[in-house]
Amino acid sequence: MNAGPGVTCWPLKMTMTNDVSRVQVSARVRETEVLHSGHPVQPKANVSELNFFYGKLQALKHINMVFGANQVTAIIGPSGCGKSTLLRCFNRIHDLYPDTRYEGKIILQPSGTNVIGPETDPLEMRLRVSMVFQKPNAFPKSVFENAAFGLRLRGVRGRELQEQVEQSLRSAALWDEVKDRLHQSAYTLSGGQQQRLCIARALATDPEMLLFDEPTSALDPIATSKIEDLIFDLKRKLTVIIVTHNMQQAARVSDVTAFMYLGELIEVSPTQKIFENPAEKLTEEYITGHFG
Amino acid sequence: MSDFKRIIAKRKRQDFIFNIVGIVCTLIGIVTLGALLVDLFLDGLPRLNLAFLTHFPSRFAEQAGILSSWVGTLLIMVVTAAAAVPLGVAAGVYLEEYARRNWLTNLIEINIANLAGVPSIVYGLMALGLLVYQFRLGTSILTGGLTLAFLILPIVIVATREALRTIPQGIREAAYALGSTKWQVVRHHLLPYSIGGTMTGIIIALSRAIGETAPLITIGALTFIAFLPPPPIKSQAPFVSVEWLSSPFSVLPIQMFNWVSRPDQAFVVNAAGAGLVLILITLSLNAVAIVIRYRVRKRIKW
Repeated sequence: MNAGPGVTCWPLKMTMTNDVSRVQVSARVRETEVLHSGHPVQPKANVSELNFFYGKLQALKHINMVFGANQVTAIIGPSGCGKSTLLRCFNRIHDLYPDTRYEGKIILQPSGTNVIGPETDPLEMRLRVSMVFQKPNAFPKSVFENAAFGLRLRGVRGRELQEQVEQSLRSAALWDEVKDRLHQSAYTLSGGQQQRLCIARALATDPEMLLFDEPTSALDPIATSKIEDLIFDLKRKLTVIIVTHNMQQAARVSDVTAFMYLGELIEVSPTQKIFENPAEKLTEEYITGHFG
Repeated sequence: MSDFKRIIAKRKRQDFIFNIVGIVCTLIGIVTLGALLVDLFLDGLPRLNLAFLTHFPSRFAEQAGILSSWVGTLLIMVVTAAAAVPLGVAAGVYLEEYARRNWLTNLIEINIANLAGVPSIVYGLMALGLLVYQFRLGTSILTGGLTLAFLILPIVIVATREALRTIPQGIREAAYALGSTKWQVVRHHLLPYSIGGTMTGIIIALSRAIGETAPLITIGALTFIAFLPPPPIKSQAPFVSVEWLSSPFSVLPIQMFNWVSRPDQAFVVNAAGAGLVLILITLSLNAVAIVIRYRVRKRIKW
């Protein structure tokens, strides 16, 4: 069977395009399982018939899934499968670039806001949904100013600002390391500390959802494990979506895992199930390393 | 085996030859500049004293000084910077961050690149027609400053855009992801982070403008002027005055041009002295640019 990557890829693609409708239906059935199996989970975001285009290129195709509130949902899949594209819909960061287009709906609960609706201001979504990027992208300002920036945009100042900055640095497990150097440049911190500063910056404004776009791919294993612990703790406060190409990471931090391939959602299942007993053959082949 | 040796020897020879050619080319540049500076220093240094800086031009070479022209140069630069910096930076930010990429912005970009190559005297002609005749600003410091501002505007725009481009996209995304508007991103992030590159570009542009002669002669700058513009600060309220803007002026390069064209050798020495002052102003401007760049680079590394 293993005739090499070039050969295995083609039949995979073929099955996918042939069985698209079946795959979507099974994914939807399993969402319900997620939401009702074990302890009950409230939905946080309902994605329905989401399509996304970069110009003429369709990067997301008919995505239907539910993200559970106070859960960590991991999105996995090979490079170029659209996992980051899906994540970046949630704070409308795509709107920064020309020739991008959404179709379908992402309804945030309980407010009922359609994230990608034309009536929704992208600024509102960015104020409500925070994001942590692949490369630590702290501003060349002091540690304090980095954590304070989102708050300053909202007009928080004085004593309240100080308290909220401290609280966010504590939530990002960074306070003890930086409390004596709040006014030094953020660039004096290590890469892992900078990434936690970015998490603090994202948390400071008390968002409903936190998006992680491969947050540890630029970090060493120790820094990575600190951030994974953090992500695991964060779900008590908010809903987390994490895009990762590291399957062990998905297995360690997430409650639910979604597997994407070529812009389509192939499978959504409780993390343990997807890694132990995936429903789709494609998922199994990806997880066992047959392609990717 | 010997084949390899031959090939390696051949390549090393090529390497060596290019090395020599490179050194010669570099030396031609450096030696020329060095010779120019040394010559200017030898000629001009004996003439350089306090009296030279504090006297007006005169019919007698020994009594002539450059007071009116260096004051003129500085005031013109103030006007040029005040006009070109806000306009150029705003245009650069607009083109880089706000404007959508379409045929219109492409056309504007090509135009700006071309404007940077337009001969300076053409700017002089335009200023003569527009500022002197149409707006009736006269041959004033304001006209001179605006003329040079037009001249350096494309350079400032390009420098601003280059400086903005060095800011990684991740920083912009981070700022937008926190809910910033475009203006907030520009105001709190892009302008502060690009200030090193922008300031360097502005200063380089100013040090180019400071030596410009042709456009100022075209608009009718004086070559002999024995008074200073009215002072910008007054003893009575409202204490500031903009009368100096409408004053006639001369600048260092025009003064030099005037002196060099005289038959009396003593005036040519004066010209060297004035040239030395001009070079010193330019070099100190460049030094300021280097210091700014160094400081910002130390603070911001991408």
